[in-house]
Amino acid sequence: MNQRSLNKNLLDRLLSSDKAISISVVLLGFLCGTLLVVAVGRNPWGMYSAMLQTLTGLDLTRGTWNVRYVGEWLNASLPLILCGLSMAFAARTGLFNIGAEGQYIVGLTAAQFVALFGPQISVLHWLLALLAAAIAGGFWGGVVGWLKAKFSVSEVVATIMLNYVAFFASRWLTMLIPGTNTYRTPSFPATARLSDPLINQLTNGSRLNLGLFVVIISCLVFWFIIEKTKLGFELRATGLNKDAARYAGINITKGITSSMIIAGAFAGLAGAVVALGSFSYGRVLGGNDNYGFNGIAVALVGNSTAGGTMIAGLLFGMLASAQPLMQSRQIPKEVTWIISGLVVIFISLRAAFRIVLDKRAKKRAAELKERSDE
Amino acid sequence: MNDLIRMIPSILMIVSPILISAMGGMICEKAGVVNIALEGLMGIGAFTAATVHVLIESSTPASVWIAILAGAVAGLVVSIIHAYASISLNANQVISGTGINLLATGGTTFLAQVIFKMERTQPFKLGMMPGLAGIYPTAWIALAIVLLSWYILYRRPFGLRLRACGEHPQAAASAGIDVRRMRYIAVLASGFLAGVAGSCLVLTQTIQYTVNTINGAGFIALAAVSFGRWLPKGVAGASLLFGTAVALAIYMVNIESLRFLPSEFFSILPYIITLVTLVLFSGRDYAPRAAGQPYERGGS
Repeated sequence: MNQRSLNKNLLDRLLSSDKAISISVVLLGFLCGTLLVVAVGRNPWGMYSAMLQTLTGLDLTRGTWNVRYVGEWLNASLPLILCGLSMAFAARTGLFNIGAEGQYIVGLTAAQFVALFGPQISVLHWLLALLAAAIAGGFWGGVVGWLKAKFSVSEVVATIMLNYVAFFASRWLTMLIPGTNTYRTPSFPATARLSDPLINQLTNGSRLNLGLFVVIISCLVFWFIIEKTKLGFELRATGLNKDAARYAGINITKGITSSMIIAGAFAGLAGAVVALGSFSYGRVLGGNDNYGFNGIAVALVGNSTAGGTMIAGLLFGMLASAQPLMQSRQIPKEVTWIISGLVVIFISLRAAFRIVLDKRAKKRAAELKERSDE
Repeated sequence: MNDLIRMIPSILMIVSPILISAMGGMICEKAGVVNIALEGLMGIGAFTAATVHVLIESSTPASVWIAILAGAVAGLVVSIIHAYASISLNANQVISGTGINLLATGGTTFLAQVIFKMERTQPFKLGMMPGLAGIYPTAWIALAIVLLSWYILYRRPFGLRLRACGEHPQAAASAGIDVRRMRYIAVLASGFLAGVAGSCLVLTQTIQYTVNTINGAGFIALAAVSFGRWLPKGVAGASLLFGTAVALAIYMVNIESLRFLPSEFFSILPYIITLVTLVLFSGRDYAPRAAGQPYERGGS
């Protein structure tokens, strides 16, 4: 086998591997971001040293080390991973869940209510709040799935509508709580908070909290449902080929609804983790937190698998928590959003990679035919 | 009732950008491409218009119109990404649109940082001036665009061909229509109109561009397309309804008999109405049949 045909096979293998595509897409996004920083006359080194500081806590400009940055990075990744799981779970059933933002908001709101009015018993209190958030998010997602399955209402339009409903309803309900002003409720009792003294000490006072374990367990649950249960098998079959699944006797209506319920529950948990982990009071939302929207990018880069979503969530969490550090190094922090946007656009081109693959396969078939004709 | 009449100029001010953007979205879906990037394209149009206007407003009285044109061109240029990805490269249209929405938020604030050294554009002194009866010229622009779209889509052979590409691209292709070219024209038209819409919004409703300027108007336009059943008069009606609801949410404080309801109630209304109508009219699918599906040339 000569060198040229070896290269060919390598390219084919790269193009047909989802993992390789994800990695190259991310690298391409970073490359464009770097060029952009250069184009506006700033030093891209500032961007990378900010990212390094986020990942390791090492500040090269001052030669200091603070583990708190690592804690903040992980904390910023938690809701992104959970919203990514939400998007990914729906995607495995062939649905596009732009509604994670709304499901996140109802989860956050439910968790805030339980935190303020639930029984103040340690552990049980936040467990109940997490449960309430998962149920609320699951309900919000389930409605969309049910509408889609029963009335074939497009889940894209329905989820966008419900995002706004969730946002305004959350403001309305939260402001009904006694002692609430235009932006915050009274403080949560300590039993509702996810913060943990040990984690806090280990990460030098970062906001990282027990939500870390919520995320790890969620990833395991995601993997288990999708790979190891009958429901997961049916959902994957529905996502791969709806008609084939129906003829195989799979109940599509039930499948779509349960898929959206589970997807919504993940996003709802993200809301609870942010509400009880990063804040000590309930918020009257003034704008979107955007974890739900960024979760779309996370799931796309993670190829809608549990492990991939976790890694992608850590990547986007790094981009988010590097923002203030970039700003202090004169790098416009918006470059991280541009990188995310570009990554999503590149990912959408996956079909284009298939076109290239097809062309190459056809060409090779033609070559083989030629050779056998000779 | 008097209150309602006094609200008409503000209702039209809010309706116009939604309507213009929704017309673009409708044309795009008629040709078979779903454009959920309307929100982002409006943002890009608004940013460009606000920037151009603030830079030249003291030097020329036509500044507002130049700004709108600049915004429209910016929307068109960025929509080329969506067109190229979804038409030439068979990309997933929803994902590519989502990417543009993310890119628009980051890109506009990034440019604002570079040009104005802050996260928003510098405020301009004077936006567009209202005309007769306090109605902004944007209302007439919107009306003209609705009539023109209707005429082209339903009264010209070109419109028939464009709609064929969204209903049955293979049949259209066998009748000698260049499906890809048609789809390109439709996507670029929607980018242009979204740019106009964003410019109109920023020049009539506010004094500068921030990340929150568009605040969902593009998504509302997207919903208006399906609520209006992909028909010009339907989409116009839907936009009018949404715009009124949005205006009501802002002006309800002036209406004595409704004061017991929180403003969030009115903010929620348009979205609830859309959802309910989508369910009620779900019996028949009104969407162009091939909307959202990449067109692949059969055979070779």
